[in-house]
Amino acid sequence: MIPYRSSGRIMPLAFLPEGVTGIVVEIRGGINASRRIFELGITQGVSVRVVRSMGPGPILVDVRGARIALGRGISMKILVEVVG
Amino acid sequence: MIRVALAGNPNVGKSVIFNNLTGSRQHVGNWPGKTVEKKEGYAKCFGEEMYVIDLPGTYSLSAYSIEELIARDYIVKEKPDVVVVVVDASNIERNLYLVVQVLELGVKTIIALNKMDLAKSTGVEINVKKLENLLGVPIVETVAPKKIGMDELCRKIIEMKESEEIQMRIRYSDILEGAIHDLIEILEEVKEFRDYAYRWLAIKILEGDNAIMQEVEEKIKTVSLKERIYEIKKRFEEKVEDTEMYVINERYRVIQEIVSKTVHVSKKVTLSDMLDQAFLDRYIGIPIFLAILWILFQFTFIVSTPFVDMIGDFFAVISNNMANVTGISHLDYLLFGEYGVLNGIGMILSFVPLIMALYFALSLFEDFGYISRAAFLMDKLMRKLGLTGRTIIPMILGFGCNVAGIYGTRIIPEEDDRIIAIVTNPLMMCSARLVAFAIIAAAFWGSMAGTILLSLYVIGIVLAVSISLVLKKFVFKGKASPFIMELPPYQVPSIKVAASQAWARGSLFFRKAGTVILFGLLVLGVLATTDVTTLSFTDDVQNSIVAVIGKMLHPIFAPLGWDWRLVIAVIFGFVAKEIVIGATAMLYGVTEDEFASFIAQHYDPVVMYAYMVFVLVYVPCIASIAAIKNETGSWKWTLFTILYEVSLAYLLGILVLFIGGFI
Repeated sequence: MIPYRSSGRIMPLAFLPEGVTGIVVEIRGGINASRRIFELGITQGVSVRVVRSMGPGPILVDVRGARIALGRGISMKILVEVVG
Repeated sequence: MIRVALAGNPNVGKSVIFNNLTGSRQHVGNWPGKTVEKKEGYAKCFGEEMYVIDLPGTYSLSAYSIEELIARDYIVKEKPDVVVVVVDASNIERNLYLVVQVLELGVKTIIALNKMDLAKSTGVEINVKKLENLLGVPIVETVAPKKIGMDELCRKIIEMKESEEIQMRIRYSDILEGAIHDLIEILEEVKEFRDYAYRWLAIKILEGDNAIMQEVEEKIKTVSLKERIYEIKKRFEEKVEDTEMYVINERYRVIQEIVSKTVHVSKKVTLSDMLDQAFLDRYIGIPIFLAILWILFQFTFIVSTPFVDMIGDFFAVISNNMANVTGISHLDYLLFGEYGVLNGIGMILSFVPLIMALYFALSLFEDFGYISRAAFLMDKLMRKLGLTGRTIIPMILGFGCNVAGIYGTRIIPEEDDRIIAIVTNPLMMCSARLVAFAIIAAAFWGSMAGTILLSLYVIGIVLAVSISLVLKKFVFKGKASPFIMELPPYQVPSIKVAASQAWARGSLFFRKAGTVILFGLLVLGVLATTDVTTLSFTDDVQNSIVAVIGKMLHPIFAPLGWDWRLVIAVIFGFVAKEIVIGATAMLYGVTEDEFASFIAQHYDPVVMYAYMVFVLVYVPCIASIAAIKNETGSWKWTLFTILYEVSLAYLLGILVLFIGGFI
């Protein structure tokens, strides 16, 4: 796995505003949840755009052309670098 | 006979392709020992007989969910001649993940590149020829609802069956391929694994797949071989840290490479995005959700009512004309009486249109893509209650039928959350109780009946939520499972799939629940027509065995203001809630039509409201108890459900009377 070198601002995916894109830097959390996220295409280095954010609720992201809904808990554990 | 297995992600149109291929020659049941739906059928294409099996929709074959395990085991153990992976062309990158996993299995594979029309309209262009070459797999472009590409698919299946094994063209990184190569050399020496695809086995060993590692441990007898396998695995682990993540990443890296060469996406705001703007809106999203729920139920009842009435009338006429055919009064009653076999079958049949209409509508909304949106929308609210967004779906299903709701909990991946959803589902007021309550409410409250019914819905929901919270906090002491779910692109729902779903569910209900209901009715019939002293036939319910039982239990329920007849009705409501009204009418010796005005004269509205609350809460019907047992796999939870509900119902009944005393 190539370590991802980041230069921009890094934050949990949960805090990314609607319409903003980020690149996944790190996924923390339990093996089970992480693997499910990975298999749905949210892997390190992939770009993720927030389509809809329900405040402190779940978020909807566009990743690899698919729409994936992520609960608050899980989206706090995905760290992204903001690319705009 | 060519054996074909259909694989694919959920919502890619797999069911439509299955329907197109098999037509009416299909059978819906469950996988042995599981509650996952199994669909199989037969097709005849260009003179060739085909057996087609529709594997459960999955995103991967990692075997972490029941569905994944079923799909993978089928391909590995049953070895279908050809696997058709149905791929959503508009969402190709993510869909290729499953394709790549199927290819690892080394089976003859065809891709049905479905939803080509949608892909084009959303600005996705695919160079199919090039994609075929890069993957090494024949691709058939399809638009399943229009049956485009079906002949071509059949032709390719036949060709594929005859052809030689296809070479695996996908290559992962040198580190991974090196380890795979070394492992295959060893595995080829193990005769116990002769049936397996070595490449797949090697990858699974490197990933550390639990099931496969166990097989390695058990099947390989030669210690030196085993040691060599562990040695290679260890070296791989040292190089890549997290092996499983590494392999997943490798698959996506390869897919990304292929996609970058074959797929061109011109960004467009899609119709799907526009619909999501409305459906997932912070403010209007929930009102739309409520409106859709309303439509769902209006549809279910308006469509089914004429059929329900027709079937009821038909059986009434027949049984009236048959009344004294055998001349033996007991037998006549059991066969053709009001609660006899014939009318029983009529009653069960009359529920079939309701269930079919409900499933038809649900299937349309599911197919359309709305059900998963509802889960997303409700996640925040449900999380506050300690539940996951997905719980909303079995809850909604429960409003139609608790049996459906309980089976619907299968979409909740975490065991704890699922059990909570199962044992609280009976509190969702099902359509059977609604029918009974509607009659009572109309008799007592006239134009206010709707509000009364609504209040019962609310009581059920509030109770379900409270019990969920208590269970979550004190029994499971855990957090809600993470909410991870794909929201598929919206699509025009398939009427055919909805119809076949409705038919399958309707007939399943008739067979499974039907026998239970019929049995319950017969027991009621015998007990109600057997004289308690002479044990011979009696017309007079007052002297029947039923009356004795009711009178015996009556003191327990006297504080609720019932007479013994209502006690009996509640006992038989255990069999099925839909017979409560009929049983009560029979016990009072009035017809069902006269029943409403009769009880309105004899009971106080508060007592009747308390009665309805009791009936709402006390026990799910026998069919739903069977479902709870099946889905929790434990008598403990089944008994727990019965116990908590009976006691809760009793307490609430008392509470209603107490509060009602002040009004």
